[in-house]
Amino acid sequence: MAELKLEGIGKRFGAVTAVENVDLTIPDGKLVCLLGPSGCGKTTLIRIIAGLEEPTTGRLLLDGEDITRLPAHRRNFGMVFQSLALFPHLTVGENIAYGLRIRGANRSVQKTRVDELLDMVQLPGLAGRHIAQLSGGQRQRVAIARALGLAPRLFLLDEPLSALDAKLREAMQVELRLLQQRLGITTIIVTHDQREAMTMSDLVVVMDDAKVQQVGTPLEIYRNPLNTFVADFIGSSNLLPVTVAGRTSVDLAGQLLTTPAISMDIVDGGPATLSIRPEDVHVLPPGAEGENRIAGRVTFVRDFGASVETHIRCDSVEAISVAAPKDRPDVACDDEVTVELPPASCVVLPR
Amino acid sequence: MSARLFRPFFMGLVGLVMAMPLLVLAGVSLNARKRLLFPPDGLSLRWYGELFSDAGWLNAVKNSLAIASLSGLAALSVALPLAWFLWRYRVRYARVLFGLGVAPFILPPVITALGFLSFWATVGMYGQFTAVVISHGIFFVTLPLVTISLGLESIEAEVVEAAETMGAREMAMFRTIVLPLVRPYIFSGYAFAFVLSLNEYIIAYMVAGFTVETLPIKIFNSLRYGYTPVMAVVAVLFVMLAMAVFGLLARFGDLPRLLGAWTPEDR
Amino acid sequence: MRRGRPAGPAGYIPAIWPALMLCVFFVIPFAIMAAISFFHRVEGGFYEPGFEFANYARFFTTFFARILGFSLFVSGLAAVVCVILGFPFTFMLTRLGRRRQVLWLVFLLSVLSLSEVIIGFSWSMLLSRTAGLSNLFVVAGLMDQPASWSPGFAALMMGLCYLAFPYTVLILYPPLSRLDPQLPEAARMLGASPLRTFFTVVVPAQRGAIVATLIMVFVFTLGAYLLPQLLGRPQHWTLSVMITDQAILQSNLPFSAAMAMFLMLVSLALVGLTYAIGGERREP
Repeated sequence: MAELKLEGIGKRFGAVTAVENVDLTIPDGKLVCLLGPSGCGKTTLIRIIAGLEEPTTGRLLLDGEDITRLPAHRRNFGMVFQSLALFPHLTVGENIAYGLRIRGANRSVQKTRVDELLDMVQLPGLAGRHIAQLSGGQRQRVAIARALGLAPRLFLLDEPLSALDAKLREAMQVELRLLQQRLGITTIIVTHDQREAMTMSDLVVVMDDAKVQQVGTPLEIYRNPLNTFVADFIGSSNLLPVTVAGRTSVDLAGQLLTTPAISMDIVDGGPATLSIRPEDVHVLPPGAEGENRIAGRVTFVRDFGASVETHIRCDSVEAISVAAPKDRPDVACDDEVTVELPPASCVVLPR
Repeated sequence: MSARLFRPFFMGLVGLVMAMPLLVLAGVSLNARKRLLFPPDGLSLRWYGELFSDAGWLNAVKNSLAIASLSGLAALSVALPLAWFLWRYRVRYARVLFGLGVAPFILPPVITALGFLSFWATVGMYGQFTAVVISHGIFFVTLPLVTISLGLESIEAEVVEAAETMGAREMAMFRTIVLPLVRPYIFSGYAFAFVLSLNEYIIAYMVAGFTVETLPIKIFNSLRYGYTPVMAVVAVLFVMLAMAVFGLLARFGDLPRLLGAWTPEDR
Repeated sequence: MRRGRPAGPAGYIPAIWPALMLCVFFVIPFAIMAAISFFHRVEGGFYEPGFEFANYARFFTTFFARILGFSLFVSGLAAVVCVILGFPFTFMLTRLGRRRQVLWLVFLLSVLSLSEVIIGFSWSMLLSRTAGLSNLFVVAGLMDQPASWSPGFAALMMGLCYLAFPYTVLILYPPLSRLDPQLPEAARMLGASPLRTFFTVVVPAQRGAIVATLIMVFVFTLGAYLLPQLLGRPQHWTLSVMITDQAILQSNLPFSAAMAMFLMLVSLALVGLTYAIGGERREP
């Protein structure tokens, strides 16, 4: 019932380009995360969607209707702000009822809706409290209830959980996701936390340098990053310098490795980057021959208990492997080992 | 002298010198005899009684209170919309208006006073009560303008935007968000203007010195043309009123912030 | 929050009343005053429209030069005294706990709001022979007999400093209260004594604020009008006194307006200077 389409959206502040030529479709009823490092333009983009900034170029279409010039107060989008922006002079109930009050709804309608929303965010009976009397988590819930007060067409959240401590943040992520699925409301969340984006969203939009770098489901983005920025920003990756040697192999420090088919954009014989996740890099005893296996020497070992991180130097490059203790030979610093980079786990990206 | 002792000593000395005139005023107002001698000879409240039985003094009190309260309102009526406008929009020429609002307080008041004198004489309202009220209203615009601007600056941008996404337009936003949040700053701006207007001499004197006698004018006249301890009584009452007003401001508002300090959260 | 231009002419409505009030009752009075300063004075208390520099020409007399010189001198001296005392005082004030700071601020504001008349009266009392401080000093054995210190130059300086001190403190309060408390602490950790810290870290860090305050206090005391009359002798009368005297008692509005214009230009130039200093300080 509410699909948002961004066509060529751009925003300049003087000489600075905050958002450049973004084309994006936010499907109806889905939860989409705008993910990127600070200063990548994600906050500007959600503010453009909310109507708090006017784009310099492009159009916003909501279910086909052009809303580019519609002011924020007429869009009926619910928004949760980074600072939460609860009205300090109003009670919890008055905060939640604010949108209804502006529209002249009578008191009993306001009260019914406030109770309904407080039940929904599991804060029943707190309508009379003052904002200052609430804990961080409670404020978070009030902000969410307030944003949903008018049954908005779009639910926008700008770094909503950044003020909470790690444990509460995890709990709220689950709660927010359940609530969104229950209401089936089209939702956009801005975050710089890749874990948050990966665990909550249907679709992740990775942004950097004012541009959209990749759009996809969390798994797609994790498994098939389009470029080294995405590979590095989502989880962690070994990014190894290689030379392309044919359509399905690369040369890593003099050793030929088999890879999945390499994109036609990358020139044969030219430089490229081999991306592989640390958990896909296997450490084997020395001398174990086979496909995509190279010899190396352990330079550093970090034990996390549940997993062990091993740094291995192979000629001029260094790779990191993460594995459960039982899946890895017991090696220490300076030991000779063999490293396996399974062909299916390798992604070759343009340098 | 060590630093630990120097601070209380220095601050205490400054405090003492600052307080001395107030002590003298209190002494004069309580002195039994008209002629003040040291050491004082006998205490009495007779001058306090005299203030409230002398029509001339009472009239001056009435004038001063009326001028202070009305001119405070006049100052607010200019300062509030101006501060709001400057806060809400980015309009180049509006900064000029802010400069005009702050100028009377930065220039030596004698200049502004003479400007008012020339103006009221030209328009034929010299010596009128209304002229004093308007003159004080303009002269003290600076105070509510500065406090209200401070209050508006302290409103988080996202709070305003939140109201906007919930459908609030300009008027509703002002009524439901802005006004309630800056109300303490409006009160303090008014209080500053009120207290300073009560004590203002030169403008009141130049605009209507011979027709509308305010308390500072009456005190000065009584100093020149026949001394009476009643003036000390008035001064004491004024100081107490000022302390009460500023004390209330401090009790219900953030005085250090109003005077330009940052609250710890700002750091 | 987006701060653009008002949407349409209706958006300017809130600015109309303030603009009107300030123009009619502030700009126009100054324009009239400026005009009058060029008018021709008619003996007997009136003036007629004209355009002559006769009123300004009177500036070039030794009488006027003496008054101007004296005005600038007393204001300058009072400003220097106030800043020398007020700066360490304000620094100490901002290091106090919040409660005590607030008490001090209430006290200082109350003193600041004291009318010049009251200040002049109480200091003339304090410095008088019959009921003044000298009697206390006699009792304490510091003096042989009570003395009269008022009127006189010292009394005038005392009054001006008393008038301007709370103002000085309140101007210095914002920059000093924003001074990073870790800055002096860092100096202490590097081995500087409190006094050395104050002079090597606090004072240099606030150089701009000190100069700005000097100028503001200077302009403030330039405006003192009653104190020279109450605590000084006729030779201690300042430009402000002359302006009022010419306007009200000598009924020479054109000359008085010319002097006011002059005083305004001096003040504006000085205030402009403080802004320039302030702007410079804000640049990184």
